[in-house]
Amino acid sequence: MSSATTTMQDTLPNPLNDVEVARLRADFPILGRSINGAPLTYLDSGATSQKPSCVYEAEQHFYENFNAAVHRGAHSLAVEATDIFEQARTTVAEFIGAKDNEVVWTSNATEALNLVTYSFGNASAGLGGDAAKRFALGVGDEIVVTELEHHANLIPWQQLAQRTGATLKYIPVDESGALRMDLAGDIITPATRILAFTHVSNVLGTVNDVAALVALARNVGALTVLDGCQSVPHLPVDVKSLDVDFMAFSGHKMLGPTGIGGLYGRAELLDAMPPFLTGGSMITSVSMESAQFLPSPMRFEAGTQRISQVHGLATAVSYLREVGMERIAGWEEYLGERMLTGLSSIDGVRVLGPGLGAARIGTAPFIIEGVHPHDVGQFLDSRGVAVRVGHHCAQPLHRALGVVSSTRASTYLYNTTSDIDALLNAVADVRGYFGVGK
Amino acid sequence: MSDLDQLYQQIILDHAKARHGAGLLEAPEGIAHGESLQHNPVCGDHIQLRLQLDGDVVKNVSWEGDGCSISMASASVLSEMAEGLDREEFMSILNEFRELMRSRGTRAGDEEVLGDGAAFAGVSKFPARVKCAMLSWVAAEAALLQASA
Repeated sequence: MSSATTTMQDTLPNPLNDVEVARLRADFPILGRSINGAPLTYLDSGATSQKPSCVYEAEQHFYENFNAAVHRGAHSLAVEATDIFEQARTTVAEFIGAKDNEVVWTSNATEALNLVTYSFGNASAGLGGDAAKRFALGVGDEIVVTELEHHANLIPWQQLAQRTGATLKYIPVDESGALRMDLAGDIITPATRILAFTHVSNVLGTVNDVAALVALARNVGALTVLDGCQSVPHLPVDVKSLDVDFMAFSGHKMLGPTGIGGLYGRAELLDAMPPFLTGGSMITSVSMESAQFLPSPMRFEAGTQRISQVHGLATAVSYLREVGMERIAGWEEYLGERMLTGLSSIDGVRVLGPGLGAARIGTAPFIIEGVHPHDVGQFLDSRGVAVRVGHHCAQPLHRALGVVSSTRASTYLYNTTSDIDALLNAVADVRGYFGVGK
Repeated sequence: MSDLDQLYQQIILDHAKARHGAGLLEAPEGIAHGESLQHNPVCGDHIQLRLQLDGDVVKNVSWEGDGCSISMASASVLSEMAEGLDREEFMSILNEFRELMRSRGTRAGDEEVLGDGAAFAGVSKFPARVKCAMLSWVAAEAALLQASA
């Protein structure tokens, strides 16, 4: 860590440290694995996090004791399962500062974002009556995204624009990958109806200025949709103080099971939106011609729900709260700085993104001159170091940075100082192995 | 030899640097040719490949693209080897290479048939990299079909 900067880690009264992290790691059996003869160094939490045993034990406990379909049937198991399901909603809603009826379960963040775009598309087609007219888009309306987006917060908006005739615009990044906030005010105009942007870049780990972007959107009466996939797992996030209208988040990136994610939406908006997926459990009455729908969140939860996954996610959230999000953020800030500083000092390594000092989670994207990221990842894997290689579902951002793909190392609460050192040592040997730079 | 060293044999690293056939060649008048663009969706790499056919014989294979050492070496080997083969010979080598890539490390590459392509036997142990090795071959197959049409 650079001595010139004071980090959150320095100022916390009881920061996380390697000793405590070593204790936490005992909760994650997979971290004890060896890979290709070396201890696993897992630095791919940006793709998916590892899970503490309490999370999948909670799922097992549910199946062994409470399994039943929720919100239907009057038998005791069904009632108990429903209680568990709704208690989980309360736990997760509290975690992000939302009310219970403002959290809708989805299979992942991608589905959460598609829920919004398809619902708005349905409103544009005239569904949902007068209440939904505020979401209807047409020719002359604008949707604004950023060049930083993960494809999941880009393509659904492209598709919505194509379905409705609205125009898709974007706030570009500069050559370092920082959002051009100086241009944002001109790009967001009175015709802008929706501003969709990521809280934290999944490639660069940089934290966007949510308050400034929300203020620009509010000024012109546009709705805001935040992609919280990379922020909710790593930073304290409160949707009310961020003041966004919607936020998508992913369970499996925050110690939870796969197959579960969520959408936060302001209650008055969700209750006015037409449904996306339709079917059982989301209606008040149905005739052969038409149907009336329940209010949120059930309006958006058609079909049998992911009950054990929801319970697993709530268990993950309790685990995170017990450790403390401030402490996790502080620890990852320390790990991230060590990683960025270390990588920058290795010959032939170029770290992508703005330099040190930019708000960033523990994510380090880099390229090694003369060695393709796929080959970098393969070499690191032979040392037990797991990282992500490729375009990380952000091709436009890579194009803006002048590269096709990159290598990304990303941390979580269970990473140690020696994980970072294992990465740095392995990276230092890459060019030699491939006979580059001699 | 470690799995990693089997994957990155010197012959592969050499081909990745040499890049035989890199740079698309214009087809002269009267020479049938086919072209194919293939993407590797995982990394965003791509290869644009052109195959010229003189009667029944592959005149040359040229390509343009960016990718990892495995995909670049594979395109280089393919390009070097294809020249002068007739269609049937080329297809039988392509099928042999494909079988090798699908073998999950259970087959040794037949140098008699595959030449430098036999060095890719180690790739088949890494399912995530088979696509890299196949990229140019898939493009060549499509280009050959087009040129023969």
